Amino acid sequence: MFAEFLQYLLSGLTIGAIYALAGLGFSIIYNASHVINFAQGEFIMIGGMAAATLTASGVPLPLAILMGCGGAMLVGVLVAKFTVERARNASVVTLIIITIGASIFLRGVAELVWGKDFKRLEAFSGETPINVLGASMQPQSLWVIGCAAVLIVAIGVFFNRTLAGKAMLATSHNRLAAQLVGINVKRVVLISFALSAALGAIGGSVVAPITFSYTEMGIMLGLKGFTAAVLGGLGNGPGAVAGGLIVGIAEALGAGYISSAYKDAVAFVIILLVLLFMPSGLFGKRGTERV
Amino acid sequence: MVQIAATRTTASPPINTRLLSLAALAAVIATLPLALTNNFHLDIAILAGFNAIVCVGLNLLIGYAGQISLGHAGFFGIGAYASGILVTTYGWPPIAALLAGAVSVGVLSFLLAKPILRLKGHYLAMATLGIGIIVSIVLRTETGLTGGPDGMMVDSFKIFGLELYGEKTWYWVVGVVLFIAVWLSLNLIDSPVGRALRAVHGSEVAAEVVGVDTARYKVMAFVVSAVFASVAGSLFAHYTGLITPAKADFFKSIELVTMVVFGGMASTFGAVIGAVLLTVLPQALTVFQDYSQIVLGAILMFTMVFMPKGLLPTIEGLIAQRRRA
Repeated sequence: MFAEFLQYLLSGLTIGAIYALAGLGFSIIYNASHVINFAQGEFIMIGGMAAATLTASGVPLPLAILMGCGGAMLVGVLVAKFTVERARNASVVTLIIITIGASIFLRGVAELVWGKDFKRLEAFSGETPINVLGASMQPQSLWVIGCAAVLIVAIGVFFNRTLAGKAMLATSHNRLAAQLVGINVKRVVLISFALSAALGAIGGSVVAPITFSYTEMGIMLGLKGFTAAVLGGLGNGPGAVAGGLIVGIAEALGAGYISSAYKDAVAFVIILLVLLFMPSGLFGKRGTERV
Repeated sequence: MVQIAATRTTASPPINTRLLSLAALAAVIATLPLALTNNFHLDIAILAGFNAIVCVGLNLLIGYAGQISLGHAGFFGIGAYASGILVTTYGWPPIAALLAGAVSVGVLSFLLAKPILRLKGHYLAMATLGIGIIVSIVLRTETGLTGGPDGMMVDSFKIFGLELYGEKTWYWVVGVVLFIAVWLSLNLIDSPVGRALRAVHGSEVAAEVVGVDTARYKVMAFVVSAVFASVAGSLFAHYTGLITPAKADFFKSIELVTMVVFGGMASTFGAVIGAVLLTVLPQALTVFQDYSQIVLGAILMFTMVFMPKGLLPTIEGLIAQRRRA
């Protein structure tokens, strides 16, 4: 009974960690540019595919992950540079379509480069399950949770302790004022895309041994990441992380106790219920509108 | 000068240009079959017509009321499956099933609209996206009722003992329904309701201050657009004879929104043109084979970057500029 619950909790925590990374990516970009980047899932896909295919051709795993991460960051910067930056004053819906166009484009390129079939990435440290108080846990889950935790802490340190991070926070609070004190806000947008891409790609490569890698792997992960970010209140980094874990755990519990067929619906039911009562998410600022 | 140009393009056209453009639409619908020589071309025209009907409705919501929906394929899907299930499984007359679908979508969207339309921008996008995805997951999962991921067969549309069959017949059905949809939409836009909607789009707070019941008009636009989608879905189900949950999923919703924005927001004919172009485009792009997705993505990205207002308003703007020069 308890073991079963723990089992669901652990698997929820694992997938929730990935949602948290994706949600954090959404938040970072949203803060810098007020854009919801629907290509966030594609960063995850690039990480997963690069790690799987590069290791298969003999590249050592850490290097493969780094290469995937670097590739995703480059793609992120290009997307920011050639689309988002040029459409600064476009409406919300236009910007959404631009990033969706980018995601279709990236999936198309990925299919061309890597093909449509599922790629397998070996688990990082074997597949012998670890017994945790009666529940069994794949070692890869520890990798996922551990990597996510390290990344989230690193992002926290970056935003609160470094000059570049503080400059980015300042930009998200007041773009014009940030510009006036000499912050290069255009570079802030580019850095935000690079950071989000790195988060997504590393998340994708550590989760790949569990989910397999395929060119469409980023679609649902990206949408759930968006759900996580909205659940926590858009632009709220810690909120997005909490949102991701909540969505992941609720999904695993829902799949275990209610219906596994409706697993993917859980996240969206939660977000609808939350938005009904809290229109700015769980931890979002209740905005007053300036007229 | 710029100010004047801006008001000219956003104001609704006077009655006579409206009649003129309706006549032009009728003429295009009437003469198009002369150019479409085979059933494959007719089929694409019909599919474009279905998309156009949905987009004309969706444009009222996105273009006029200024609200996003990333879930309208869900309403299209409910209409399609209402017809599929009621007619094929339970033997209802198709027209009754179509109406039942439209009424249930109307009630559902009405109930959802009030709490959901309080949300702003990306939060609204999230909520509508969630609704659409939930609908498509239900359609995929309730296999006993819907046939699951493989979809279900739908009987043909019969009315007064007459069976609608073949591309030629359906072309005229869709053409007439599209014409009616455009006519309704133009009437609505030119009525006080349309004026109120535009005020909501311009500034919700300002509209409220001058006494516009903004919530009511937003709900109205949401319900009307959902019902348009449902009716199109019902007819679509009878036309193709096979419906799958993919017709209700996130990508279909995105496709619909893209059509509206691509053609031109706040322009009924823009929505029609967007629907037609983006239905034809993927067919045309099949010549690129493996590259078709890449080309489609690139076209979406760059048209939106360079023409954020969409095709028709951009062209109208250029023409207006030329005239003044």
